[in-house]
Amino acid sequence: MLVRSKVNGEWREADVWAGSSLLSMLRDRLGLPGSKNACEQGECGSCSVWLDGELVCACLVLAAQAHDREVRTVEALAEGDQLHPVQEAFVEAGAVQCGFCTPGLIVAVAHLLSETSSPNEEAVREALSGNLCRCTGYQKILDAVRLASGRMREAAP
Amino acid sequence: MEVFLPRTLDEALELKAAHPEALPIAGGTDVMFWLNFDLRRPGAIIDVSRLDELRRWQREDGAFFLGAGVTYARIMRELPQFVPLAQASRTVGSPQIRNRGTVGGNLGTASPAGDALPVLAAYDAEIVLVRAGGATRAVPWSEFHLGVKKTALAPDELILGARWKAIRGPGSFSKIGTRNAMVISVTGLCLAVDEDGRSVRVALGSVAPTIVRAQAAEAFGARAMHDVGTWDDPAAPLQSEAFQEFGRLVAEAARPIDDVRGSAAYRRHACAVLARRALSWALEDRLRARGAA
Repeated sequence: MLVRSKVNGEWREADVWAGSSLLSMLRDRLGLPGSKNACEQGECGSCSVWLDGELVCACLVLAAQAHDREVRTVEALAEGDQLHPVQEAFVEAGAVQCGFCTPGLIVAVAHLLSETSSPNEEAVREALSGNLCRCTGYQKILDAVRLASGRMREAAP
Repeated sequence: MEVFLPRTLDEALELKAAHPEALPIAGGTDVMFWLNFDLRRPGAIIDVSRLDELRRWQREDGAFFLGAGVTYARIMRELPQFVPLAQASRTVGSPQIRNRGTVGGNLGTASPAGDALPVLAAYDAEIVLVRAGGATRAVPWSEFHLGVKKTALAPDELILGARWKAIRGPGSFSKIGTRNAMVISVTGLCLAVDEDGRSVRVALGSVAPTIVRAQAAEAFGARAMHDVGTWDDPAAPLQSEAFQEFGRLVAEAARPIDDVRGSAAYRRHACAVLARRALSWALEDRLRARGAA
């Protein structure tokens, strides 16, 4: 079936199997492999994207449900070579090991910080509870959140 | 496989009447798992996530109506006054799942581990079903949820929502799992105190084919509170023996099985522990409320 969604600001069309997920549409039809395909059951958060501004697992959204809706993926965060502050913070804090969970975590953290500029540790842990890192490098991820949060607060007018 | 994207409830009901085999999805968090792993492939899917009629909640004639399409994230944000419901919502999956998952999904999937279900049982909720033409019927929760993944929903019906009479009094939802997020409940318990009816309600999840109410424990708890005068004076303490007996009776209402998530014996034990804790929290809340009044 033909699904038409506004993806990262641009209306795109994709011809997908009726039962396919939004994740599969993004990766296999629209050339956006940033959202990772790992558990395919909503456990790991590696495919986190925004659907009409809400944080969701793209693997648990039927592609057809994104028809006429707006999707934003990790690819939309950087502007050219200019990384998003959350991406920069992950690089600087070394919050990356194998890197597979990173795009989902970047999206989840960017979402958190867009809603709460200085979340406490408990709020960060709860906000990231849907994202798994199998390298278990969580401490540096938490460091990156603090770093990004501080910088984004300073940069805010 | 065919997917329908109705924009109105009427359109959805006509589709359901014409395609009774079609599976309705809102968040899709259960169904997408089946599709991704090809465990089950429905002939057709009706996406009900665009239906405004399902996405609202409202007060109506002394009762409260919660649309089947209200997500757990919205319940946490918009309905914190229903404390056990908001607490149960917060234990569902992860933020990503709560942005998609709905109470209607818990009802339709009818797993005894659905976190919202013990709360609806403790609220004595009715499930409101609707069919083409707009005719609705309300089914008590106990007659709706018939067994593991079995409900009274007819093939041409959709779940419109749940309705209950709001009660005055403290309550809680508690759950045992291996971590705080992304966990299917091993045992879930909702306790609600009805100050006006002077009753205690206890509903259990994940310990029987359906949600169960612990009726003997409910009667015992209300009587124990009466016997020591706690209903009139929240400062009058319940003896520890009463908590023990209350927990024992709640555990007795469970009919658990051994499975990958826990043994039957562990679940029974968990019921008793959660029950004692929930009762003590409720009594502390009553005491605090009196102090605040």
